Amino acid sequence: MKVTIDNITLEVEPGTTIMQAARMIGPEVAPPAMCYYEPLKGSGGKCRACLVKVTAGSEKDPRPMPKLVPACITAVQDGMIVENTVNEDVLETRKGIVEFLLLNHPLDCPVCDQAGECHLQDFSFEHGVSSTRTVEERNTFEPTDLGPNIQLNMNRCILCYRCVYTADQITDGRVHGVMHRGDHAEISTYIEKAIDNDFSGNVIDVCPVGALTDKTYRFKSRVWFSKPVDAHCECEKCSGKATIWYKGDEVIRVTGRKNMWGEVTDFICNGCRFDKKKTSDWVIEGPTNVSRHSVISANKYGANLIKPAFPVLQAARDYKQINDDRDRSFLGIQPALPKSKKK
Amino acid sequence: MKILTEHIDVPNIDTIDVFMKHGGYSAVKKALKKMTPDEVTEEVKKSGLRGRGGAGFPVGMKWSFLAKPEGVPRYLVCNADESEPGTFKDHYLMWKSPHTLIEGMIVSSFALGANTSYIYVRGELMYVINILEKAIQEAYDKGLLGKNILGSGYDLDLFVQPGGGAYICGEETALLESLEGKRGNPRNKPPFPAVKGLWQCPTVVNNVESISATSWIVNNGGDAYAAIGVGRSTGTKLISASGHIKKPGVYEIPLGITVEDFIYSDEWCGGIRDGHKLKAVVAGGSSVPILPAELILTTAAGEKRLMTYESLSDGGFATGTMLGSGGFVVMDETACIVHNTLTFAKFYHHESCGQCSPCREGTGWMDKVLNRIEHGQGRKEDIDLLVDVAKKIEGNTICPLGDAASWPVAAAIRHFRDEFEWHIEHPELATKPGAVFMREGASWTK
Repeated sequence: MKVTIDNITLEVEPGTTIMQAARMIGPEVAPPAMCYYEPLKGSGGKCRACLVKVTAGSEKDPRPMPKLVPACITAVQDGMIVENTVNEDVLETRKGIVEFLLLNHPLDCPVCDQAGECHLQDFSFEHGVSSTRTVEERNTFEPTDLGPNIQLNMNRCILCYRCVYTADQITDGRVHGVMHRGDHAEISTYIEKAIDNDFSGNVIDVCPVGALTDKTYRFKSRVWFSKPVDAHCECEKCSGKATIWYKGDEVIRVTGRKNMWGEVTDFICNGCRFDKKKTSDWVIEGPTNVSRHSVISANKYGANLIKPAFPVLQAARDYKQINDDRDRSFLGIQPALPKSKKK
Repeated sequence: MKILTEHIDVPNIDTIDVFMKHGGYSAVKKALKKMTPDEVTEEVKKSGLRGRGGAGFPVGMKWSFLAKPEGVPRYLVCNADESEPGTFKDHYLMWKSPHTLIEGMIVSSFALGANTSYIYVRGELMYVINILEKAIQEAYDKGLLGKNILGSGYDLDLFVQPGGGAYICGEETALLESLEGKRGNPRNKPPFPAVKGLWQCPTVVNNVESISATSWIVNNGGDAYAAIGVGRSTGTKLISASGHIKKPGVYEIPLGITVEDFIYSDEWCGGIRDGHKLKAVVAGGSSVPILPAELILTTAAGEKRLMTYESLSDGGFATGTMLGSGGFVVMDETACIVHNTLTFAKFYHHESCGQCSPCREGTGWMDKVLNRIEHGQGRKEDIDLLVDVAKKIEGNTICPLGDAASWPVAAAIRHFRDEFEWHIEHPELATKPGAVFMREGASWTK
């Protein structure tokens, strides 16, 4: 099947979603994902961050789709043409989504453990605006403990349902879900029970924000001061493949290994996550591959090589726009560049 | 011309004997003994009957989309979760004449080849659920439900399921989730219920009124039904009229009468209450755009507006609205549009399921901003903010609740912007009890 995303055409298997196809091309065209998590069945379609414009449905039926569609759950059709970062509507809507997600999200990044590896931070940095239009009071909740090692800070939650799917799919027994409705909905265990099973710690890894945090790691370090190393261990319960985070010589945290989209594919057990905090527990494989533009790479590899890909693209687009709109009539020639799409 | 409410005032019409004396269940006999399921579907298609739940999608076409794989059960689910503010027609019909719905359920289930059907009733209507349960038991006793109905070899079991009191469960996929015993969150579409619905089997979800109309169509033929009405709006429609009118209530109207007739004729609403003038109308339940007096009576092109799907939506959302579910709310000049919009926004804020971010956060935001304006704390930029927030919710959500929440806010500002501005500029006047903005020169201004 042929699909064109942002003017790049590629061949994919039937059943591939727009998101998967875009990720095959690379991070430049891949839509952001706040709720979609490929290893979890049924995730996606909720945050609406990945809404894209389909300008041609398929080869057979080339009509555009009337609404923006979520890339993560929409399967590609042969000959589909998708616009992501080249479509004004999509970018405008995405600005709105950032605004909605931040509406009740506390801007407590300076004291949040997730800062530096927070998907919402990245999302608002790339797609949001710097000013706020709201003067309303935020909805607030009291932090609660889900068992001895996990803390839930519901204020930060964006209700992506990832942890709900994780608890449903990789652990036994359903103890964890969403209560109430609307903007007062909250992640909770049934009458504040503890989550008590060997894989419960994975809800921390899948959380895109700092709503679910590791109590053994809380306030120990900012993520960019710690150094991630791939390591494995002999474990009866899980694959034993993990990333261990050093501060100096001390292992301060153990997490699952994340791929370039921030998704854990090999979930680890609580034994590995919370109890193996010595180097002797692990066989070191080598430094974790950290994306150069991540803040985690800062202070570790010589010069600070922060290179945000998106703002550069944005600047290029803005320049092109200005260039296109420039009045050339005084030159007595037609503009050479085609007008960019404006809706 | 009355189809659904013809015998509704007959004493004891809710008992099966009286109902059958007035021709009840004749459609079941005709359909099961003399017709094939495809013939029934064909008649419904011919009738041009459109879904009465709000969207107005042709019922026959919806039925023909139903996937029919071998060996997989199919279901018919009746959506009786009527919770739209301003709409109370299904409630009235089920309460007064439960057998009308049950007869329609049997005929429709037969047409779709469903052997198990459900009526999902909103949980607040517990007494209606009891009435339906009793009526179903009567139908079982007469052999109209159960195994081998009337010796035709067709089996049907009919269940009533009370909802848990959530507006969102009126959205068809949320209804199915709730029926399956889960949290009532709408599903992502596709797949549509016609392919994967209840228990992942092909399912049709129809409104009470649509299903009830099918028995008359079977009895009298699709052409007879199509002869009533105008153009693609065929048949009759139950309208729940409320607000500042002399005779509020549920009326069955032939589609195609003028809005003016409906409001002012003694047969229907009987006019605006004495000494007052028409200011605005919400024509189809709280989610459709509100229209001021001059636009509801005549279209922007100057023609008389009719009670039809097409005429009410004439002019798009700029100058038109929708027939929706038929919740006809009339307001006179004493009604404050800002207050009314706030009431609607509060409702949608309360009822948003919280699954997708634009609706979860946006409905709350609009509610809070409107609340400030209503209480004299509005800022000039709030009006444009509301319009922008509504625009960003609309069309970007999983289910139509997002649209339903944004349309009334956007429309109120579109047609009554001066009233919002007055609230912001004169908070000391606007917050006085009973204070209402009077637009200079408007037809409703005294």
